[in-house]
Amino acid sequence: MNNLNIFHHFGKYFLFMRTVFSRPEKFSMYYKETMRQMNDIGIGSLIIICLIAIFIGAVTAVQFSYQLSGGLVPRYYIGYVVRDIVIIELAPTFTCLVLAGKVGSNMAAEIGGMRQKEHIDAMEIMGVNTATFLILPKLIAALIVIPLLVAIAAFVGNSGGYIATVPTGLLTAEEYIQGLRSFFVDYNVVMMFVKAIVFSFILTTVSCYQGYFVKGGSIELGQSSTNAVVYSSILILLFDYLIAIVLTQ
Amino acid sequence: MIRIKDIKKSFGDVEVLKGISHTFEAGKTNLIIGRSGAGKTVLLKLLVGLFAPTSGEIWYGDTNFVQLNSRQVREIRMKVGMLFQGSALFDSMTVEQNISFPLDMFSKMTTKEKLDRVNYCLERVSLEGANDKYPSEISGGMQKRVGIARSIVLNPEFLFCDEPNSGLDPKTSIVIDELIKSITLENNITTVINTHDMNSVMEIGDNIALLHLGELAWVGNKEEVLESDNDLLKEFIFASPFLQKLRNAATGKM
Repeated sequence: MNNLNIFHHFGKYFLFMRTVFSRPEKFSMYYKETMRQMNDIGIGSLIIICLIAIFIGAVTAVQFSYQLSGGLVPRYYIGYVVRDIVIIELAPTFTCLVLAGKVGSNMAAEIGGMRQKEHIDAMEIMGVNTATFLILPKLIAALIVIPLLVAIAAFVGNSGGYIATVPTGLLTAEEYIQGLRSFFVDYNVVMMFVKAIVFSFILTTVSCYQGYFVKGGSIELGQSSTNAVVYSSILILLFDYLIAIVLTQ
Repeated sequence: MIRIKDIKKSFGDVEVLKGISHTFEAGKTNLIIGRSGAGKTVLLKLLVGLFAPTSGEIWYGDTNFVQLNSRQVREIRMKVGMLFQGSALFDSMTVEQNISFPLDMFSKMTTKEKLDRVNYCLERVSLEGANDKYPSEISGGMQKRVGIARSIVLNPEFLFCDEPNSGLDPKTSIVIDELIKSITLENNITTVINTHDMNSVMEIGDNIALLHLGELAWVGNKEEVLESDNDLLKEFIFASPFLQKLRNAATGKM
């Protein structure tokens, strides 16, 4: 029965996405809504993303300096390892997991609340394609803004590594910067952006799907918000693995 | 005019509507009445396409609404206005933005033309000057009137009202009824109202359909209500002891 339920949601999700990508009724209305969403997602999440990124970089640097303390590996490798692990893995994955919690739950609650207060029905009766109007601007905004947040997180994460190692005497500034500049592979940055785009798509569409089809009352609305975070996070981690396999072959 | 033919609707094993045929006439206030659970809201949602019927036909003029694709449904809906039970005003928008939303979405009017149209609709529902208020800042009756203003802003041919008087005091209910009636007559709109309100039945019931357990139990107008021998109608209309006393007093019964 549960297996059938998964297939039901899978099919419903794809039909929903087909409706989302319909032609907008009026571009000016979509433009305004997209700008609002970009502000909400981008500016609204900047501080928390920077805070998390700085600690991720700091913890990674401290732990690697602990693991590499034997003396066989040059110390500037700490900067190199922090850079690559932040760019390839931690910046896109952590940022999007945090955004799944912050932005995804917010989207599910907002759209679910509109469903419960009959706002979506009211728009439908006016002739608005609600799936497109409510979801497409959020999706476009997320696809533009989240990769930028991920890039900022990568920069701040590397800075966090510097802050955790240089002032505390674990490394000199020259060693850390030498590490950051060693063995740089620009393909890793491409991988970071691929992950950011895929994860943005997942967290936005899964969260909006959960909110759009909510039924019942406030308990169900809370559940849809929780489901949005849980399913987005699981799918982000699953696709993280799949992207890692595909892009590192 | 809207015609429905043998409309059935089931949810799982529960048959909510059991083959209803009826005509909702243009320029008249068509009332759907009945006890809770009779299928009134389901019928209204079928009429506007929020539910699909299990079987049957819904004709908007010469167009069978049931057979249209989603794009064609949206075109029909441009001619439809709806007042929801809870008004369904967008909380984050002002009164003016709420009423202007359909114009912003579908019209090619200039900002000045849109503002003039919004102000006309506000004037029509006696809410001049309420443009900048938010739904949370106005009363339930005012919210209903804003809902009516929003539903007529695109000059609809069909107006649907789901329990327009629920939660309102009797005096405000009369204002809302009179407003709906006058808008219907002015623009020759096909208005369908789903109501429990006996005052509405007796004041604006041009064409009344009584639903009972998913079936059409009686059809008539406000003049015919008092003279009808239909037991279900009498049971519904005169459910309150107060109205029974009034009827008995009017007919000389004790």
